Amino acid sequence: MAHSTTNYNLDQKFDFTAALKKSITTVLVLGAVILAIGLIAEIFGGSHDQAEEAGHAYHWYHRLYANLWINNVYFTGIAVIGVFFFALQYAAQAGWSAGFLRIPLSFGNWLPIAAGLMIVTFFVASHDIFHWTHSYLFDKSHPEYDKIIDDKGGFFYWPMEKGTFPIFYIVRLVLFFGFWIFFFNKLKTLAFEEDIQGGTGYWKKMRVWSALFLVFFAVSSSIAAWDWVMSIDTHWFSTLFGWYVFSSWFVAGLSAITLILIFLREKGYLEMVNENHVHDLGKLIFGFSIFWTYLWFSQFLLIYYANIPEETVYFAERMQSDVYSPYIFVNLALNFFLPFLVLMTRDAKRHAIFLKVVCSLIILGHWFDFFLMVQPGTLREHGGFGLMELGMLLVYLASFALVAMSKLAKKPLIAKNHPMLEESYYHNI
Amino acid sequence: MERDKNFILGVYDDEDVLLDAVSKVRGSGVKIHEVYSPFPVHGLDEVLGYKRSRLPIAAFLFGMLGTTLALVMQFYMMKWDWPMIIGGKDYASLPTFIPVTFEMTVLLSAFGMVGVFMISSNLKPWGQPRIFDLRITDDKHVMAIDLATNSGMGEENIADVLKSSGATEINKKSFE
Repeated sequence: MAHSTTNYNLDQKFDFTAALKKSITTVLVLGAVILAIGLIAEIFGGSHDQAEEAGHAYHWYHRLYANLWINNVYFTGIAVIGVFFFALQYAAQAGWSAGFLRIPLSFGNWLPIAAGLMIVTFFVASHDIFHWTHSYLFDKSHPEYDKIIDDKGGFFYWPMEKGTFPIFYIVRLVLFFGFWIFFFNKLKTLAFEEDIQGGTGYWKKMRVWSALFLVFFAVSSSIAAWDWVMSIDTHWFSTLFGWYVFSSWFVAGLSAITLILIFLREKGYLEMVNENHVHDLGKLIFGFSIFWTYLWFSQFLLIYYANIPEETVYFAERMQSDVYSPYIFVNLALNFFLPFLVLMTRDAKRHAIFLKVVCSLIILGHWFDFFLMVQPGTLREHGGFGLMELGMLLVYLASFALVAMSKLAKKPLIAKNHPMLEESYYHNI
Repeated sequence: MERDKNFILGVYDDEDVLLDAVSKVRGSGVKIHEVYSPFPVHGLDEVLGYKRSRLPIAAFLFGMLGTTLALVMQFYMMKWDWPMIIGGKDYASLPTFIPVTFEMTVLLSAFGMVGVFMISSNLKPWGQPRIFDLRITDDKHVMAIDLATNSGMGEENIADVLKSSGATEINKKSFE
């Protein structure tokens, strides 16, 4: 190993202490309690609209399902972005990030859990989240036959008959998770073998697997966004929706990486990662926050300007609603104005305190983004940000942190045989 | 002796020698006018003790100017001077102004930054750039020391300091 890095303990392991486990579990329990209180309030005090016709009436569990779906999609995104970031560094032959790549890699461990949650939620809640799962929409003799959804039905049901079993949709869901987990396992195995064997061969192999993953992810992330989020508002469509969801995931994922990196450094790990690396992560968060805003605004402006009813319905449901319209401004404030104004200066990107505040708020902000994508289409006027939403978010956050950190603690924190480790050590901007 | 006229130059071959030399020369009490190098040398700013550039502040202010001008212009035109209904929108519909506002912000920020940079680094069209040694665009690093600001040191002493810090040549340069 190079002489410069020998001062550092390259075999260091993150000690996931009992105290830390306890505090994360406390958040989990607290979230569960808040969720339970929210559920009870919704069951007994909730707004049951008995006047509505059967099958469309609002029940308390609709809100539970919508919440599950928001967090399923959001945390799947953060997990897959961990693998994406890892793969991106290899495909780009980037050296600066070599010191902390184990953090994004650990996010991928959430993917198998996310896959299970997603599939179970889909089968339990399909009719309550996805309008297109109702078979009568495809029955020409039924009064509620829907020509537009019938035309789109093949995308969900092919090769089966429309309105039966959404085999194409399920296959895509399983395929995407299957390949993401496959690529994650491949990269993980190679990374840990490199620790033991050394040499540049592993790095070259990982470049190839990373490039393959990126190609697959480019297509699958976009289609996943249509399937899991855009199909909730079945009539509506937006051609840039895939990238919009991706950018939301990416900013949230970068914020999560930065937060855990800062946390580990404050605990005394990863001494070779310094403010220069944090600065670069800050720049990525700053830049991709603007990219997210660019996509959000591009989608909005064209729809606003063209003023075609089938397109404007998406924003009408949100902006003209007493329940959701305030959150549009929360969304823009947390995800654009906050990172844009706070992270503009060099000092803010180099000092942990600014990044801790901004990254935490961005993770909350992009949760609101998904909240605004999912709830109006599923709950109409019965949604909102209440105890149930807060509790569910805390439960998922704590579970994600437990999974990622306990896996992070199992293996060395530094890829000591990464051929570009020394470049990362000398990174200076 | 007049300031900014007469210089003594230390020529260095290697950037690592240069970095050490800067610390040594400054440590011996000699004030360095400027160091010229054919490529960016990492860490040179720090050893020279330079403060961070204030160019980002200029960029931000020019950007703000662009934002303001663009919004004022569009509101003036569309709401007051020549109201027009476009696409059934209000006269003053903020979302449609955003692209132009963005472009104006970027444009003025970039122009302002380039202008400020050129003026502050003496590259203004009416300025006369001073070249201390032609080889600074090729393979030599040159440390320029203003004799006037170091009048207490004496030329011989400065030359000795430069020599002992690893300079391969010691030259003199005067400007009109």
